[in-house]
Amino acid sequence: MELWYTEEHTKNVRFSIKVDKHLYSSQSEFQRIDIMESYEFGRFLALDGCMMLTEKDEFIYHEMMVHVPMATNPEIERVLVIGGGDGGAVRELCRYPNIKQIDLVEIDQMVVEACKTHLQQTACDLEDSRVNIHYEDGLKFIRRIEHVYDLIIVDSTDPFGPGEGLFTREFYGNCYKALTDKGILVNQHESPYYKVYAQSLQKAHERVEGYFPVIKLYNAHIPTYPSGNWMFGFASKVYDPIKDLDEDRWMALDIKTQYYNADVHKGSFALPNYVKKLLMKA
Amino acid sequence: MNKKLQDKMPIYEALQRYKEMRIVPFDVPGHKQGRGNAELTQFLGEKCLSIDVNSMKPLDNLCHPVSVIKEAEELAADAFGAKHAFFMIGGTTSAVQAMVMTACKRGDKIIMPRNVHRSAINAMVVCGAVPVYVNPGVNKELGIPLGMSYEDVKSAILENPDAKAVLVNNPTYYGICSPLEKITKLAHEHGMLVLVDEAHGTHFYFHEDLPASAMSVGADMAAVSMHKTGGSLTQSSFLLINNDMSEGYVRQIINLTQTTSGSYLLMSSLDISRKNLALHGKEIFDRVMDLSNYAREEVNKIGGYYAFGKELIDGDTVYDFDVTKLSIHTRDIGLAGIEVYDLLRDDYDIQIEFGDIGNVLAIISVGDKNLAIERLISALSEIKRLHTKDQTGMLDHEYINPLVEMTPQDAFYADKKSVLMAESVGEICSEFVMCYPPGIPILAPGEKITQEILDYIAYAKKKGCVLTGTEDIHIEHINIVKR
Repeated sequence: MELWYTEEHTKNVRFSIKVDKHLYSSQSEFQRIDIMESYEFGRFLALDGCMMLTEKDEFIYHEMMVHVPMATNPEIERVLVIGGGDGGAVRELCRYPNIKQIDLVEIDQMVVEACKTHLQQTACDLEDSRVNIHYEDGLKFIRRIEHVYDLIIVDSTDPFGPGEGLFTREFYGNCYKALTDKGILVNQHESPYYKVYAQSLQKAHERVEGYFPVIKLYNAHIPTYPSGNWMFGFASKVYDPIKDLDEDRWMALDIKTQYYNADVHKGSFALPNYVKKLLMKA
Repeated sequence: MNKKLQDKMPIYEALQRYKEMRIVPFDVPGHKQGRGNAELTQFLGEKCLSIDVNSMKPLDNLCHPVSVIKEAEELAADAFGAKHAFFMIGGTTSAVQAMVMTACKRGDKIIMPRNVHRSAINAMVVCGAVPVYVNPGVNKELGIPLGMSYEDVKSAILENPDAKAVLVNNPTYYGICSPLEKITKLAHEHGMLVLVDEAHGTHFYFHEDLPASAMSVGADMAAVSMHKTGGSLTQSSFLLINNDMSEGYVRQIINLTQTTSGSYLLMSSLDISRKNLALHGKEIFDRVMDLSNYAREEVNKIGGYYAFGKELIDGDTVYDFDVTKLSIHTRDIGLAGIEVYDLLRDDYDIQIEFGDIGNVLAIISVGDKNLAIERLISALSEIKRLHTKDQTGMLDHEYINPLVEMTPQDAFYADKKSVLMAESVGEICSEFVMCYPPGIPILAPGEKITQEILDYIAYAKKKGCVLTGTEDIHIEHINIVKR
């Protein structure tokens, strides 16, 4: 018997992983949640049939989402994570002693519960005393907030399901309002490669524009995401992610990382020509 | 309503049987179940094209229903508590016109509020009926026309005892209801028919907490826009009749203008949506009401906007309010409704039903989800944050009392000439001018053109309303009656 998990990266491209065991499956109010055990990638989480993370490569995604803004402004104290119910981003944030408050806003409580039970690798710090979990639509949560957070991390699903509202102009505008004067917004920005993802990327980019004086994109290689090439948006009211990178200060924190380092930080903002072209069209 | 029978969908079931028969078509439509138009089939789907068929014995005929359409109409009548229901495939416009043309012939009077949809006045152009307008009350602060007051209808009836019918909006576009039950009783006492435009009131039939429906209070005819809030395809509606109305005569009137090639896509959508509402309407509209009440509260919390609701009820011109209509007054943030409407679409990819001078309207219906509501609320809050303006110089009225000089038909068919809008003051208008949506005429054929009306038109144009109705597509010239 062979058990394979197959995900359609496009209508004409499939990605399959051989599965050992199906550990968890349920349908929440918002989406279908599956956790499986695979031979190559360890345990992995899929929402509505889309791979969210695997134990083997989640470090790349989570390190890049958190350490890039944190190394740019090590003074960050209050952080809002929207989405990210798996806890991976929170785990990386918890490694910074000067962070005082981490608010996690996840729409789907069942994702958090499932990850706490089956994905301790990422959910391990959700009980940290600095972490407050709100089970709410991110768009609704942020609407009422003004001038509170130094950093907002948008760790959302693709914009075709419950994550849709997190790719909109009204959301980014509300994020701007919720950030302090030196605030930074980092959001997962889809992939530039396949057409449908590239369109989401363009749209997301187009909608952040106008609110923040500094807008940069950076990329990382994430093997299990469609095309492997994944992008993040860095939008900020003051800080430039390269000019203001404080290498020595970050090194002094002595945070052990597997993917992130200062060279990767700088290099990740270098964009291939086809991506630049894509963004010019946006 | 017989819930057990409501589970049936005769047209849908007949179409299923038709597909199983694998009929070889040597009749119209010429695309032959989609095979003759690959691009269209690719776009709309094979399933859709395969049932885009013509009337035939097993599928009945809309012009003269004897089998499955008849059965489906009977089920719809039962669901809506009517004596009979007609499947309409020319929009609620065709249902409104059938009502007016059933009740009136040339020269007959019909009492109606002036804020009727263009379809009612169009019907008078066609059949030659004479309108007796009742001034709907106006809420000055919001700048919206309300319902008809009972006393005003009473005077109109007493002054025009020869009128054949009273037409009532239930509700208006903004969700406002007139005292329909009292008006119906009064009209009947004076031998007049009661025709109800329920283009925006389909859901009234399926929830006891919503305003009273036309059939429930004994009105004679109602045009019900199933596609607007009931979930069927665009252009599909019901015409309901009650009391002593003759089914055969109404059908003759409908057939005067209705296509003989009734669309089975539209008819099956009516059949399926009727079943859905009959069986699940209560839960569906429970949820719709929760969603819109929630949205109303949240929008009012933003400040600057006023999402109005049941507090407007005054027992007369606002006899009742349809809470599923999310009408929002925007003038206090210094923006015309139409400006908010445009910003929502251009900047936030949110399309709402309409924006006029002082308000916007979002329709909440069977298809809405919480996440979408959150987007609307957040976008409104952003628009306020980014675009609030000083409100001086904003026009603040919406309803202009019309001066009717000629019947719509006489004015429309009179010898006329085209003049520049600005030069038309004092003349009699020979055509329509309106913003669309909502499609309520600012000027109708036969009405006197005043400076106030021209100022209003110029202002609406400047703010970005889509004006329509005149022969001149650019709305710069207007046809006036030659003297």
